[in-house]
Amino acid sequence: MVNNIYQPEPMRIVRRYDLIEDVRFFQVRPIEMERALQLDYLPGQFMMVSLSGVGEAPFSISSTPSRPGLLEFGVRKTGVLTEELFKLKENEIIGVRGPFGNGFPIEKFEKRDLIIVVGGLGAVPLRSLLLYTLDNRDHFGKIYFLYGAKKPSEMLFLRQFMELKQRDDLNSFLTVDKDDTGTWTEHTGVVTNLFKHLKDVNPKNTYATVCGPPVMYKFVIDEIIKLGIPKHQILMTLERRMHCGVGKCGHCVIGSIYTCMDGPVFSYWDVLHMKDLI
Amino acid sequence: MKVLKLKKHNLNEYLDSLRIWGEIFGPVRQGEKYIYGHLDNLDKLDLKMVRTILPVKKFLVPPKFNTFTFDKHNYKAELQNIPRRIVFGVHPCEIHGLLILDKFFMEKFPDPFYQERRRKTAILGLSCVPDDKCFAKSTNTHYVESGFDLAFNDLEEFYLVWVGSSLGDDLVRLRLDLFDEDIKEKDLRRYMEWRTWRDSQYKLKLDLTAMPDIMELNYNSPLWKELGDKDLACGACSMVCPTCPCYNMHDRLNPIGNAGERQRSWDSCMFKPFALVAGGHNFRENRSQRVRLWYTHKLKAFITEFGKAACVGCGRCIDTCPVDINVKTVVQALKGEK
Repeated sequence: MVNNIYQPEPMRIVRRYDLIEDVRFFQVRPIEMERALQLDYLPGQFMMVSLSGVGEAPFSISSTPSRPGLLEFGVRKTGVLTEELFKLKENEIIGVRGPFGNGFPIEKFEKRDLIIVVGGLGAVPLRSLLLYTLDNRDHFGKIYFLYGAKKPSEMLFLRQFMELKQRDDLNSFLTVDKDDTGTWTEHTGVVTNLFKHLKDVNPKNTYATVCGPPVMYKFVIDEIIKLGIPKHQILMTLERRMHCGVGKCGHCVIGSIYTCMDGPVFSYWDVLHMKDLI
Repeated sequence: MKVLKLKKHNLNEYLDSLRIWGEIFGPVRQGEKYIYGHLDNLDKLDLKMVRTILPVKKFLVPPKFNTFTFDKHNYKAELQNIPRRIVFGVHPCEIHGLLILDKFFMEKFPDPFYQERRRKTAILGLSCVPDDKCFAKSTNTHYVESGFDLAFNDLEEFYLVWVGSSLGDDLVRLRLDLFDEDIKEKDLRRYMEWRTWRDSQYKLKLDLTAMPDIMELNYNSPLWKELGDKDLACGACSMVCPTCPCYNMHDRLNPIGNAGERQRSWDSCMFKPFALVAGGHNFRENRSQRVRLWYTHKLKAFITEFGKAACVGCGRCIDTCPVDINVKTVVQALKGEK
């Protein structure tokens, strides 16, 4: 059977709920059980999601491959396709193809410490990595999770992250720029303020992963560099316009690379040596 | 590779015989220019063509085509009804262009839409003589060893015909009576003389080998702003370039809204919305950024990825750009030769 890389696979929406205003969680699964169990991917990869008659766009995978059978996405309503996607209800079918992209180099994280830094919507792809490492806890050293959002109502997966805070094997810090609820129990201030809580960082043995709004990268990376973590051990996941996901349509090209094939995960070393990445 | 001889006056008869395999296209005049036109009548064939407006890529990567037809949730790939076609008169530089597209579309994540069209398009190459815009000798694309089914070399009274594939062999066998398998020593000498003469005809010389380093070093050059100001962002360079493959995707619904087509159409990184994302951010807002990317991708990125530049020295960009921004002027400017 010819495997056409552009062929969307039908998947059913099995769950959806709003994470924050204009950002919705979607859980989908392949129609056939066999296929659902075969689903495999790496944290950091993405899927191309199709709505027939509307179009196709890339979405970071938020679920972890260690919990097979389902795919999860966090989608912001911001354009033509997402506008239509938000009109869909449970049990409706969407087209999905992938996984694409390089994903995080999980094998390099073996036995290492991890610092996962998230800003705003960056929680979507990094949640995949966080859950994966927790599901495979023995393979990793210390894990730090730092999440900064503008206010509590803009923090994605807040309830899940609050639950994870209670784990002994995870050092989790949540912060908001401003608490407008009066009931926020966690930290306030920008996410860079959380770095002072990181104790005994062994820089050579640590990988840092970062995802968030463009403005955040510079400041967070400065903090990570201060810790002495080598540049090739600082990873971030980027996004661009994509119509194919397989290095053909050209839209995700940055200089000499294709975000969909050479990325979307890049290291800080890549950022310094390739122009226009961030 | 097998080489055969075909008498000049037998060419049209031979091409006519190929109609049973597929529709024949070849260089025909269009106003003052040439195109690969349908040769329903072989009188239209004009071998004086140096370059066509659109390259042969238009057969393999059509300007607009359906990848899928769909109804609610089922997508059906449009791979069944691709017609067989024969394109005669493709110059070596263009065949090199096809070799580059082959690598691009088929090496990683093979593209079945390109693959099928490539399979169904017979490429019949033809020798050529350069004009002042050709620089295929500099890009080493003035001769080609593969990527074609048959290749005709014009030696006045006869053609030497190289058989480049099993399909080429089949096409020769359709009219074996017209071919002579007995190549004489003097025929080969004639060919070598022609090669030497033809190689001396290249006026435009453009060395692209140092371009990756030169592009890297000139990232912040004021040249890009200069070019950006002049550039019209019309994208014509992308359309006429044998190796530009970028495309846009678009779903079209029928009037009832229960079915439709997924389409691909030619796009260009020179167009403003090329790097525009939902939410409004444009990663290459300025023309200067876009011009810089076009040349970086063509002359640097391809070398990193595939080992050779994506420019085949065909001269179309030089011929087409209304404001004289092309591989020649840009490379010369970057090298300080302007």
